[in-house]
Amino acid sequence: MATNFTVNGKPASTEAPPATPLLWVLREDLKLTGTKYGCGTGLCGACMVHIDGKRAFSCQMHVADIAGKTVTTIEGLSPDSSHPLQKAWLAERVPQCGYCQSGQIMSAADLLKQNPKPTRDQIIEHMSTNICRCGTYQRIVRAVERAAKEA
Amino acid sequence: MNQHIKTSDIKTSDIKTSDMNRRQVMIGAAGLSFTFALGHADAAVLAGETTGKTLSPWISITPDGTVTIMSAATEMGQGSWTSLPLIVAEELDADWDKVRIVTAPPLDHIYGNPGFGGMMYTAGSNAVRSYYMPLRIAGAQVRRVLLDNAARKWGVPVEELTTKPNAVVHAKSGRKLGYGEIAAFAEVPAKAPEIKPEQLKKPADFRLIGKDVMRVELPLKVNGSATYGIDVQVPGMMYGTVLRAPVEGSVPDKIDDAKAKAVPGVTAVIRLPHGVGVVAQTAWAAFAARQALIDTVTWSRTGLAWGFDSDKAVDTFAADAHNLARPSRDWSSQGNARAAFQNAASVIDAEYRCDYAYHAQMEPLNAVASVAPDGGSVEIWAGTQSQTTATEAPAKLLGISRDKVKLHDLLMGGGFGRRGNRDVDFIIDAVMLSKEIKRPVKVMWTREDDVHNGRFRPLSGHYLRAAIDNAGKLTAWHHRLAGDRVGQFTDPVRFQAASGRDGMLMAGTDIQGYDVPNQLVEQLYRETGVRTNPLRGIGVTANKFATEAFMDEVARKRGVDPLAFRLALLKGTPRAHKAVERVAQMADWGRKREGRALGLAYIDYSGSQVAGIAEVSLNRATGQIKVHNFWCTIDCGVAIQPDNVVAQTEGSIVYGLGMTLTETITIRDGVVAESNFYDYRLPRMNEVPEMHIELIHTPNSPTGAGQMATPLVAPAVSNAIAELTGVRLRHSPFTPERVKKAIG
Repeated sequence: MATNFTVNGKPASTEAPPATPLLWVLREDLKLTGTKYGCGTGLCGACMVHIDGKRAFSCQMHVADIAGKTVTTIEGLSPDSSHPLQKAWLAERVPQCGYCQSGQIMSAADLLKQNPKPTRDQIIEHMSTNICRCGTYQRIVRAVERAAKEA
Repeated sequence: MNQHIKTSDIKTSDIKTSDMNRRQVMIGAAGLSFTFALGHADAAVLAGETTGKTLSPWISITPDGTVTIMSAATEMGQGSWTSLPLIVAEELDADWDKVRIVTAPPLDHIYGNPGFGGMMYTAGSNAVRSYYMPLRIAGAQVRRVLLDNAARKWGVPVEELTTKPNAVVHAKSGRKLGYGEIAAFAEVPAKAPEIKPEQLKKPADFRLIGKDVMRVELPLKVNGSATYGIDVQVPGMMYGTVLRAPVEGSVPDKIDDAKAKAVPGVTAVIRLPHGVGVVAQTAWAAFAARQALIDTVTWSRTGLAWGFDSDKAVDTFAADAHNLARPSRDWSSQGNARAAFQNAASVIDAEYRCDYAYHAQMEPLNAVASVAPDGGSVEIWAGTQSQTTATEAPAKLLGISRDKVKLHDLLMGGGFGRRGNRDVDFIIDAVMLSKEIKRPVKVMWTREDDVHNGRFRPLSGHYLRAAIDNAGKLTAWHHRLAGDRVGQFTDPVRFQAASGRDGMLMAGTDIQGYDVPNQLVEQLYRETGVRTNPLRGIGVTANKFATEAFMDEVARKRGVDPLAFRLALLKGTPRAHKAVERVAQMADWGRKREGRALGLAYIDYSGSQVAGIAEVSLNRATGQIKVHNFWCTIDCGVAIQPDNVVAQTEGSIVYGLGMTLTETITIRDGVVAESNFYDYRLPRMNEVPEMHIELIHTPNSPTGAGQMATPLVAPAVSNAIAELTGVRLRHSPFTPERVKKAIG
């Protein structure tokens, strides 16, 4: 049975069994590989996407949960890396290995949508859902602050 | 897409080693190509044929002015894709905007790392350190060939010519020739021009080195377009998982695969020497079938680690180290430490312990392999720290020559040492399954696989003694270390080449920089059967915890300020002295803080001088340590990308913080007890300190920058807690339970 939903503004459909995590549909079927597999248990945030405008761990969201919903991945955040966070991420030279950064940026975008001028403590609290093993945290804070200022 | 990056499509089978002996340079419609063998003493420009078919170049220049530079190092976030080509471009005087970077094919004799005996291996913070001088000379040689050709064309002495980015200039006549224009007509000498180190650019003239150009792959990492090994799909590809044996040396006994085969989409369940493989049409089916196998496969009790318990072993290791009657081998010595202890007025001694630690690179291990149906060749897509081992091990398994292995080395979602082992376990899984089903397979490890089959920082027990003479001077230093062997397991080839000396376990036991006349380090290797590996900071993380905490302990027991004590011992090593003095200024060392205290550590890490100060507080009720600030100085000589050195140092500190406070792997009956990030806890944003990092610029030849601060954290925090509470934390990580027990 096909499940229909919207990804990055376009209609999408999957025949994957209802228990399949959205993550694998995005990555392997729709070839949106910017969303990453890190832990499969909602602990690291590498798989973070937006569902109906709010951040969600795509590894914890099953195909059965997404019928009719709107999904945004890093590829859909902006067409040309022009989102203020993407620009700030480069200005602050945030990424090292880069593997977690799609998830970090999607988490940060969710924060700025809810709270365009977050305090430093609010940034830290919100972003502590996402692990960066390279340890880019200090630069992530600076980049979110920059994006909030320049947006 | 980024203009700078291109993946190599050169087939290793196209290249003959014999071509490397011809001293010509390829000329033709394609422009100029230059290659050279780094391992050769003359680092000469070598040659190929005019067809260009048989030569794998280092540097190529096409008539449109594009300069293509090979990247011999792989990229795991440390920045080598940028920094090594940047070094070439600097001396070549290339226009960085016209530079294209291509990942080098696995040809050790051309691209091998001189720091690792010529194997292609990106590790040990060694890429810039080892390639710096050969790449500068090569860039300068190519520039000289371009200058000579322009001089000939214009009929002027070469001394009258200079270069500006991508062009040769004759100021006298106002003429200019672009590198691309020269490439179209250039002739190249049979023998490469000789470039002496003194003919290289002066650091003051650098245009690229030290200027923080944008790292070439960074723009791809903010929009999801960067391609890691796990992102690869190839036509006809199946998905694979492998349930691996819980203990090294164990094999599957009974396999009941009914449940696994019942998962829709599963096409095969395959017995492997080290586990049970699943092949499926979708990734999720492969994961589900692997899950179904967990309770339906039994394992042989073969393998050494069964019965091993790390909590007990760490105490045994420490007791063995402490008991001087237990047999050991001398690792290093200076002066006569044994005699000095006999003549000592007093002796201070202490034990330290370190747990196993796990890499936790964010991208779980994976690879795609496509074995030809006749088994005569294989194509591999993977993120690897070693193009050598990534091609050698599959070739050995398939019984084919290495030139039949085509490797696509992709970005790594973290490495930290895990992706460079000799047997490339994560690639072999894919090769074995592809060989069985005669189709391409992408094998992905789950996070649980990645933890359970981790290869860890070794467990270690340390005993240290310091001899003090009548004048109160530290005259002798003695360190006995009992720990798992690492080198033998992770890379028997390099271990043998090092005459059986296990540098990965023992690195950092020295007290380089400190003026202590008599020193002795002894090793007690322990064959536990546990899988071990270099991990960011290798042995230095455990060994500097022991030595730098003990150095502090000696100072305190003698009633001397730990900063003053170190500075006195570092008088003879000005770079070290400066690093320590400066970090103390940054942290305002002498200032008392309410409820908080400072702790200092210093390390000479393979020539890089690093010093760090942690500012901590402690919740005595919970045993929770909070690190509020961390100040750090690093002198790694010439910094190719200074901001990236700072970024790497930030990352090193965060990595060290995890190993200091929360990260521990427990082995029970030979099996890894932890599974995922809920029981192997990594630092999160709300746990990291404010980091204040200062680069000390010196004109010294560059040394490492990728992991130098990691080993500072554990001793700095232990030292700060000693200052705050008077209690010494001796077992890393300092979990709340251990802290509570220690403070009583």
